[in-house]
Amino acid sequence: MATSFLPRRPAIRFNRRQITLLSIALCTLFLVAIVFSNRFMGDAGLDPALTQRNQPPSLTHLFGTDWLGRDMLTRSLHGMSLSVRVGLLAASFSAIIGTGLGLMAGTLGGKVDAVITWIIDVFFSLPHLVLLIMISFAIGGGTKGVIIAVALTHWTSLARIIRAETLQVNSSDYVQLSYKLGRSPFWIARHHMLPHMIPQLLVGLILLFPHAILHEAALSFIGIGLSPHTPAIGIILAESMRNLSTGYWWVGVLPGLLLLLAVQAFDTLGENVRALIDPKTSQG
Amino acid sequence: MLIGKQLAFRYPHHNWIVRNFDIAIAPSEVVGLFGPSGFGKTTLSKLLAGYLTPTQGQVTIDNSPLSDRGYCPVQMIFQNPELAVNPRWRIHKILAEKQSPDRFLLDALAIHPSWLDRYPHELSGGELQRVAVARVLNPATRYLIADEMTAMLDANTQALIWHRVLDYVRSHNIGLLVISHDAALIKRVCNRAINLMQVGTSR
Repeated sequence: MATSFLPRRPAIRFNRRQITLLSIALCTLFLVAIVFSNRFMGDAGLDPALTQRNQPPSLTHLFGTDWLGRDMLTRSLHGMSLSVRVGLLAASFSAIIGTGLGLMAGTLGGKVDAVITWIIDVFFSLPHLVLLIMISFAIGGGTKGVIIAVALTHWTSLARIIRAETLQVNSSDYVQLSYKLGRSPFWIARHHMLPHMIPQLLVGLILLFPHAILHEAALSFIGIGLSPHTPAIGIILAESMRNLSTGYWWVGVLPGLLLLLAVQAFDTLGENVRALIDPKTSQG
Repeated sequence: MLIGKQLAFRYPHHNWIVRNFDIAIAPSEVVGLFGPSGFGKTTLSKLLAGYLTPTQGQVTIDNSPLSDRGYCPVQMIFQNPELAVNPRWRIHKILAEKQSPDRFLLDALAIHPSWLDRYPHELSGGELQRVAVARVLNPATRYLIADEMTAMLDANTQALIWHRVLDYVRSHNIGLLVISHDAALIKRVCNRAINLMQVGTSR
């Protein structure tokens, strides 16, 4: 179980369900705090202050400062906030495309299935990053370019999973029986299919999210993603590459840790939500 | 009268599974269908219940063909109840998929009220099969096809289910087709029996 990181204290003992709910609440709180952190922090730390260049972490600058004297904590939180939003948006669009096409392929079958499967295979056979760069470049780069490029390239694996799941559920005895009990295809889609798809969707979203952030960083790194002035986590990490060898470790390590924590929070969140939804584990 | 006339079935590009098979089941009649594995017992039951469309021949109820839409008056009870219920539904939702069975029927099948809030994996195979039986025993059902309904259950549950189903079938004037490879069972519960080895389906 993903909840085992909580220490077992004999004084207050939670059951597994309470631990699951607690983990979900903590992770959600952490991610929401990151998304809205830029509102609370303000933009003060983003301005260069050349008198305070390259300072190591201290009480006034928890994450230190960079070579222009900008506060790294403010920059990291602004960056994470942007990255989480970009990642969520791109991953959600991708999940919607994947689910829609997967459901169509699974339920309509025949020629529709053949065409969609063919498109999926084409996308799989093209190098991921090349396609990302091409789409992002064609749209003109920037935040919009990154979101559209990531959304258009990451739906394939989820579409395949949803298609397989749909085929399997649709041919199961209980769905066949449901038709014979006089239920309409729409009712069956709503009551039999959907509950099986939601966990797949959640897992798909979680797996997409780190991809989205990393590809956003990659595109920004080669200069067609977000603009260099934007405090995005990918740009901060790219900049820090130059500083690592000169001993300014905090410029790269601390924002990197923050990214790691955010991705881990998403993972724990998804893992626990899935445990809660799945009847086999929900009552444990 | 449920009539299967000159039924034949095969999957495309495969050998015939069932060929030239005739069957007629009257209301309140209990007919046995007996034969070893691989003789098309399950295929026949799926043809009669409308799960498969016959390649040749026709299934009719009182001279009108089986409809694809709405509640099918011919209902089938599967061998594996675990596969015939949605693992994500609670028992009360499974029971109510057509209409909620009344208290009396649940008591007759010894379905305990405390099960209703559970999920299928929290019941045993025999308990789940009783739920699956209760689901299709409703006034709209006119013919029942029990495909190895109790083959994997213990003797007690087997006896309980057969007693209840036979009681219900008699009191509601329902035609029942019992499919089994268990000759003793068929002899015990059926008015008459069809032996697939003698009729010959595929060979």
